Amino acid sequence: MNDLNEMFFQECDDLLEGLSSGLNELENGSNDEEIVNSMFRAVHSIKGGAGAFGLDQLIEFSHAFENVLDDVRAVRLAADENVVALLFTASDHLSDLVDAARNEDQLPPEQGASILSDLKHMSGSLDDDSHAHDGRGEEDPPAFEPTTLTVDGGLPPLDDMLSPTAPTPLTITFKALPQLYTNGHDPTLLFRSLQELGSLTINADLSSISLLRDAPWSAPTLSWTIDILPDDSVDEAVIREVFEFVEGLCELEIQSHASAPPIETLPPLEEHTQVPQSGAPSLGPDPRETKETGVKPASGSKKQPAARSSTIRVDLQRVDQLINLVGELVIAEAMLRQSMDEMPHSANGSVDEAMSQLKQLSGAIQESVMAIRAQPVRGLFQRMSRIVRETSKEAGKSARLVTIGDATEVDKTVTERLVEPLTHMIRNAIDHGLETPDQRLAANKDKRGTVTLEAAHRSGRVVITLSDDGGGIDRAKVRQIAEDKGLVRPDDDLADADIDNLLFRAGFSTANEVSNLSGRGVGMDVVRNEIQSLGGRVSMQSEPGKGTSVTISLPLTLAVLEGMVVRVADQTLIVPTLSLREMLQPGQASVHTLCDGDRVLALNDELVPIINLGAALGYRTDPVCLGQQSLLLIEDDSGRRSALAVDAIAEQREVVIKGLEQSYQSISGIAAATILGNGRIALIIDTDQVIALPGRMGAAEPPAPGATGDVVNA
Amino acid sequence: MHDNETDSNSTKRVEIVCFMVEEQDFCIEISHVLEIRGWTSTTTLPHAPDFILGMMNLRGTVLPVVDLSLRLGFGKTEPGKRHVIIIAQIDEKVVGFLVDAVSDIITVDEAEMQAAPDVSSARTQAFIRGVYSVNDALVRAIDVRAVLPQGARLEA
Amino acid sequence: MTRILAVDDSRTMRSMLQATLTDAGFEVDVAEDGVDGLDKLEGAAPDLIITDINMPRLDGFGFIEGVRAGRRMASVPILVLTTETGEHLKQRARASGATGWIVKPFDETKLISTIQRLVV
Repeated sequence: MNDLNEMFFQECDDLLEGLSSGLNELENGSNDEEIVNSMFRAVHSIKGGAGAFGLDQLIEFSHAFENVLDDVRAVRLAADENVVALLFTASDHLSDLVDAARNEDQLPPEQGASILSDLKHMSGSLDDDSHAHDGRGEEDPPAFEPTTLTVDGGLPPLDDMLSPTAPTPLTITFKALPQLYTNGHDPTLLFRSLQELGSLTINADLSSISLLRDAPWSAPTLSWTIDILPDDSVDEAVIREVFEFVEGLCELEIQSHASAPPIETLPPLEEHTQVPQSGAPSLGPDPRETKETGVKPASGSKKQPAARSSTIRVDLQRVDQLINLVGELVIAEAMLRQSMDEMPHSANGSVDEAMSQLKQLSGAIQESVMAIRAQPVRGLFQRMSRIVRETSKEAGKSARLVTIGDATEVDKTVTERLVEPLTHMIRNAIDHGLETPDQRLAANKDKRGTVTLEAAHRSGRVVITLSDDGGGIDRAKVRQIAEDKGLVRPDDDLADADIDNLLFRAGFSTANEVSNLSGRGVGMDVVRNEIQSLGGRVSMQSEPGKGTSVTISLPLTLAVLEGMVVRVADQTLIVPTLSLREMLQPGQASVHTLCDGDRVLALNDELVPIINLGAALGYRTDPVCLGQQSLLLIEDDSGRRSALAVDAIAEQREVVIKGLEQSYQSISGIAAATILGNGRIALIIDTDQVIALPGRMGAAEPPAPGATGDVVNA
Repeated sequence: MHDNETDSNSTKRVEIVCFMVEEQDFCIEISHVLEIRGWTSTTTLPHAPDFILGMMNLRGTVLPVVDLSLRLGFGKTEPGKRHVIIIAQIDEKVVGFLVDAVSDIITVDEAEMQAAPDVSSARTQAFIRGVYSVNDALVRAIDVRAVLPQGARLEA
Repeated sequence: MTRILAVDDSRTMRSMLQATLTDAGFEVDVAEDGVDGLDKLEGAAPDLIITDINMPRLDGFGFIEGVRAGRRMASVPILVLTTETGEHLKQRARASGATGWIVKPFDETKLISTIQRLVV
């Protein structure tokens, strides 16, 4: 696939995104004409590109599509519910066609046949059988242009210029009108073109040239008589074609000497009042040009204010390389700082100053570079609107998608990797969340359900919420299924939130009747895993009868993370501050040892299990004296807390994330790695996993408050 | 399956990097080798197989280092300054192989590779594609994909 | 060297024009709509302009009128490159001041011969 081709498909993606967003606005009752205009242009551009690449299926469909949009644009067709529905369907199909073309494939014609015929029917062009390049405009009422030109049968089509008739000498009389020059023509060039068609004799008629003092200069007065003996296979039509572009800008007579001379005079185009009649080039500069006053560029009023963002497209690899290099820079800076700290104190404060400036700068560069990868979630959300349409259709439900915060920017990798989880969540919401239209009516709800997708930045993270106004989680049913599958015991005491969390358990699926939709396979556990691998968290809230919402919280970028540097068994580790709640130094905490030897931390009225991090990660086997340890209180998605016992807490800092999966594999308890100031690698703890690690001290069951041991006032 | 770069109708010359592990000769194709580096300290990974020495920092890239001696069924290497790390790219992954020393880079005819003689342990056998006979010595060609940790191979 | 300003809102089309025309030995500037075209007009100082019709902000007709109404380069040849072949559109283009038109998808040879016919 060559670059242009690829560029075309990338552009198609953008255009389809624009189309989709326009449709959503149209559906929401907007009647801004620029929306339809831009939708029209989007389809039109796809058609144009498709033409250039010879993608016939795409051309035909986008042409029919464009015609309907043109009708809507010209208010010949009202954008009512039916029309918008058809436009949605057409836009989905157009997207499929683009995808097929991208894969150098075609869709089976029957797949879009009904949509195509609906479109053609809608625009009333069903009987119009020449699709791709028909002069559709000709059917339009001449609403915007009173024409003064009468064209008898028009000019010959460009393609059949060649005709086998024997050449006959012709005499051409040609007089340029002022506008010929203002439209960028030059008689000399016309003559030059003629010269290629036969032998010429050109006579200029100077008789009407006015004297110098008799202005106006701008009116050209020259006329020419040209005798031409055309070459073989050049006929009058070919000669006329030379003058095609100056039609109406000149007085033209072409006389054939073979037959009776058909005289044709093209009447001049109506004077164009806006256009300054600047002089013909052959007559020298127009003196009026220097004192031109009245005619400011007509474009002035149409120009937008200067503030507009211009963009360039950059290969993602280059951006990533830049991000990597900046990451290196930050590390190098840290290394430099560290080795300077180790040097005997120099009296030179200016070095310190320069160092802190360097640190600020490299931080700022890093931030700006990260921002390059950020892109609005709009495209992602718009993809979801199609999922909503398709899923609700399949599930026999009626649903609409409302999006909020489309402009929220997220790292490109994050938006890409959110497609799958969000798709699944939306299918879930419609398949399991929303009630059937009848049930909804019975519950006094709008028979059409609403699925809301909202994105927002909140304290350095991106929060994406998917909510539906359906029936909420059927907790009794969820619990029953979990019991049937042995995930919980019948006598377990579960709070509502615990039951909701069961949905995220591996192997759980609420579909006891495997519906077509849930049959697609993945459960919410897969969603959670995917979100967690992005450094994010998922949580779920539900209210019976009112609906369910799933909240995803994600880091702004996958490249840096705020963490606490700790030391355990000669290893340096990073604990992400996101899940860090509190740090306790020896002496502050009251630690209890349970009868089985596990230790817990008494914190307010709660007993929190203590995890010996060194042991949990297999770095040490010998017992540690808790009295020498520092504790980090961490909390996972579902609010479970643990205290990590570490040898020492060093500092809080931002670290560059280096994934392990790419070069190695995922490691339980470890989220990623980073490179420290001394060039060594430190592992970043995955706190959620550490809380769930089997080897931790303090088992899965929270200790009963009554359990006592000897109190260690550490 | 792997390494089917062999051209069926003409013999293919390949360059191999020869190295020593436990005083025996091994080699890998030079097309896998990115660079050869001196020993550098690694960061121990939790829950990793014993032959994964840890992760090293190669100019900002974090990559695992395999103790090839342990992996091939010899003893554990106590790495030090005299050891060498061969940085190799296998599919998408970059890995370091800790070896005793790199001895030579030579060109061989791939067709001359013979089945490995049944002298070494079963464990070694599993990681050897075949042997080249070079100057009366047998140089064993490592199956680079097989020596990778299992999980890493599955993900590739 | 002959300088050409190509105005089209489709970046595919812009690249395609740029590649084709550069290969043919022209020096090519691009603009992405009429407003951008007018902005770049002076800097590009083209010997010829090629413009699309359907564009956001300022369409091809408006752009041509803008060029023709300007002080400088008012009489530069302007070729309309469009998928539309409706006669009234041709006429409208001519009324706006277009010098010629080429129907998309363009035939390279035809495009270049047309350009050569319009510039010295």
